[in-house]
Amino acid sequence: MNIEILGMGCAKCHKLDELVRTTVREMGVDASITNVQDVKKIMAYGVMTLPGLVIDGKVKIAGKIPSANELKNLIGRK
Amino acid sequence: MMNNCCADKEGNAPKFKSYILIPLLLAGIIFYFYLEDIVNFLIYSLMNLEQGSHLTEAIRFFLYDTPKVLMLLVSIVFIVGIIRSYFSPEKTRKALEGKPLFIGNIMASTLGIVTPFCTCSAIPLFIGFVESGIPLGVTFSFLVAAPMINEVALVLLFGLFGWKTALLYASTGLLIAIVSGWVIGRLKLEHFVEEWVYEIKAGDFQMEERKVTFNDRIQAGYTAVVDIVSKVWIYIVIGIAAGAAVHGYVPENFMASIMGKSAWWSVPLAVLIGVPLYSNAAGIIPILQALLEKGAALGTALAFMMSVIGLSLPEMIILKKVIKLPLIIIFISVVATGIMIVGFIFNWIY
Repeated sequence: MNIEILGMGCAKCHKLDELVRTTVREMGVDASITNVQDVKKIMAYGVMTLPGLVIDGKVKIAGKIPSANELKNLIGRK
Repeated sequence: MMNNCCADKEGNAPKFKSYILIPLLLAGIIFYFYLEDIVNFLIYSLMNLEQGSHLTEAIRFFLYDTPKVLMLLVSIVFIVGIIRSYFSPEKTRKALEGKPLFIGNIMASTLGIVTPFCTCSAIPLFIGFVESGIPLGVTFSFLVAAPMINEVALVLLFGLFGWKTALLYASTGLLIAIVSGWVIGRLKLEHFVEEWVYEIKAGDFQMEERKVTFNDRIQAGYTAVVDIVSKVWIYIVIGIAAGAAVHGYVPENFMASIMGKSAWWSVPLAVLIGVPLYSNAAGIIPILQALLEKGAALGTALAFMMSVIGLSLPEMIILKKVIKLPLIIIFISVVATGIMIVGFIFNWIY
């Protein structure tokens, strides 16, 4: 699984990054996590609000930090 | 409306059970109606304070205003949180596409008030707007209105100075956003946007939209309350305490000579001082309270507040990545001029 976190270095974005890493570890999922800071790449997903979460090329979250449960569902559904 | 970004509570707000909403509301209303009696009882019967003395009045003011304003704040933030859940920058962009200049400015300013986004999203938002062909002037109307008209400021003005002041603030703020954006649009400043912005090809936004239930919206309102009120309550308490304290100890017309009506230059000066200063709306109100209390003119005080919360250095630094310095300077000057005009008009009317 390929997880991308879209963010330009704001506190919320770091928070999401942290949350994703803990959740992935907890669930024992095999995933590569990358931080995307380049605005061109962020825009390529059409996202206008940060932070964003992209799983396997699909935008799942934009403009908010999901709750731990919501995130588990998103990752688990794969 | 623009959040000062970096709230991190969102994911962690406890779940709100919507069924406790109605009893909570009832209890709130009852408490609100008996508040004055409760405070009077506390002061005169329980604490046995002397009626009419400065100290008693100060304590009474504090005990009465703090719960009143905090309750107002919670209700309004809750309602705004629910309203905001109906909007998103993506929808706003769609609504603004292809709108002619003036209509576009009006719509963008209005949508700027209710569209939720945070400072760190300013760049993707700006690019997203420009990329989908929304005129620069319309985009700026949005960017001006978002921080300028702030629900916390609105509540506090309403609670502390009455509905007229609150309404004047909201309507003139809106007017400044509309006109500033329109002026920037007429000036044809597109060449001051960084070239690479125009080269970006934004992808189609496609997120699997989950059905948003009414419960989700209630939850959004609740999250907003936890998020905002936990950040600003302390400023409000300090502000009301300061307001209560200056009742007795600072001479009544202390500020009148330098910020009063007769000193016309106080308006530009207030804006000049206010632009580089940056504070959230809750932090600025206590200052406003103290200024007005001591004879500063309303227009001057409002101009000061608007320039502090409407034009912020952090936002400019972020925008500097996508627009060139001359446009930033023009942007600041146009908005600052608008604020000054509002200040003058207020001082003239009142």
